Amino acid sequence: MNTIAASLCAARKSQSAWFAGLAIAVALWFAAYGQLLPFAQWLVAQTPIKPGSHLASSVEFFFYDTPKVLMLLTLVVFAMGVVRTFFSPERTRALLAGKREGLGNIAAAHLGIVTPFCSCSAVPLFVGFVSAGVPLGVTFSFLIAAPMVNEIALGLLFALLGWKVALTYLAFGLAIAIVSGWIISRLHLEGWLEPWVREVRAGAVDLEDEHLTWVDRFEAGWDAVKEIVGKVWYWIIAGIAAGAFIHGYVPAELLSSIMGGNSWWSVPAAVLLGIPMYSNAAGIIPVIEALLGKGAALGTVLAFMMSVIALSLPEMIILRKVLSLKLIAVFIAVVGSGILGVGFLFNALFS
Amino acid sequence: MKDIKVLGPGCKRCQTTEDMVKAAASELGIAVSVEKITDYAQIARYGIASTPGIVIDGKVVHAGGLPKDDDLKRWLQA
Repeated sequence: MNTIAASLCAARKSQSAWFAGLAIAVALWFAAYGQLLPFAQWLVAQTPIKPGSHLASSVEFFFYDTPKVLMLLTLVVFAMGVVRTFFSPERTRALLAGKREGLGNIAAAHLGIVTPFCSCSAVPLFVGFVSAGVPLGVTFSFLIAAPMVNEIALGLLFALLGWKVALTYLAFGLAIAIVSGWIISRLHLEGWLEPWVREVRAGAVDLEDEHLTWVDRFEAGWDAVKEIVGKVWYWIIAGIAAGAFIHGYVPAELLSSIMGGNSWWSVPAAVLLGIPMYSNAAGIIPVIEALLGKGAALGTVLAFMMSVIALSLPEMIILRKVLSLKLIAVFIAVVGSGILGVGFLFNALFS
Repeated sequence: MKDIKVLGPGCKRCQTTEDMVKAAASELGIAVSVEKITDYAQIARYGIASTPGIVIDGKVVHAGGLPKDDDLKRWLQA
């Protein structure tokens, strides 16, 4: 027994063992993924639920979507976990410090996608950026892009709704982050920071390189899976249950009359509704998949999703420590208008 | 006696980091005094942009995420 454990331990340190293990895992993943729909149908057939009923349709959606979303999430999170080991907030800051608005906003929005940071780091990150000479607007571009265009949102949109939706989401998410940050730059709102933030002068930090090997990077990917999937799985199941209910019971005519492309007020309503709601991308996407299937307009649904993820009350409360209320109001107004614009544009383009 | 500061606003990871530092130090038999810095302004003055951070004898050795155990021991012995 001890020898097996010891050899497993040794295998975890070996690069070739990781590569071989990953190849097998990916092959198994694809084999299992192809069987999900027949399996869900078989599972529903084993229950006494009448085939073709609303309940059968809901239950099948649930049995199919739950393993599908969890499997996709695992794959995406692992890949992004590995990619993120190549970036760090300190390195990103060094790239952005002293950058001018414009190019700086563009770079910041892109770096926001790949730079790892957890939400409890939002304040140190904000202060760390601003005090090291990253312009306020550029910092905002980073802070808007990071939650909105995250790997979970993109990976799941790609898998559930196709590459067109994922790519447009990426493009518009980046555009909102870039333009909002640029507008905030132009408004010159540095004076609206909390006073202590302006006074902090950070010393330069010279971190020694932590010498990451491929094994370390794969370990980091695996840690990300354990942490993120471990943290969001119940959000996902709640989201899929809501999606399953919509899928089986909510009549398509009702939804398309409320969330369809015809009513002008549906986009602003979706944005307002999204602000107090707090979910992460993983929980909201199954709901979106079901809404779209019922004829909701793409722009309205994406506006809702962006609003839920990017404009969240808990994040505002954290940022209140560094921003004055006026600055938070400007932030919400600028990002909210961007999301509104995207919603209307999408509805116009895709209807 | 090594003077160690763990920088972080007090989230779970920061607590875990502090525990890891203490565990590693006692395993190596190194005497340490561990202090937690939770004030944002003070954290920012060390120049890090992600937490938790670790400062040993005034030098920032780590920022962002949990440290690796091997690294931690190397820093403590340096």
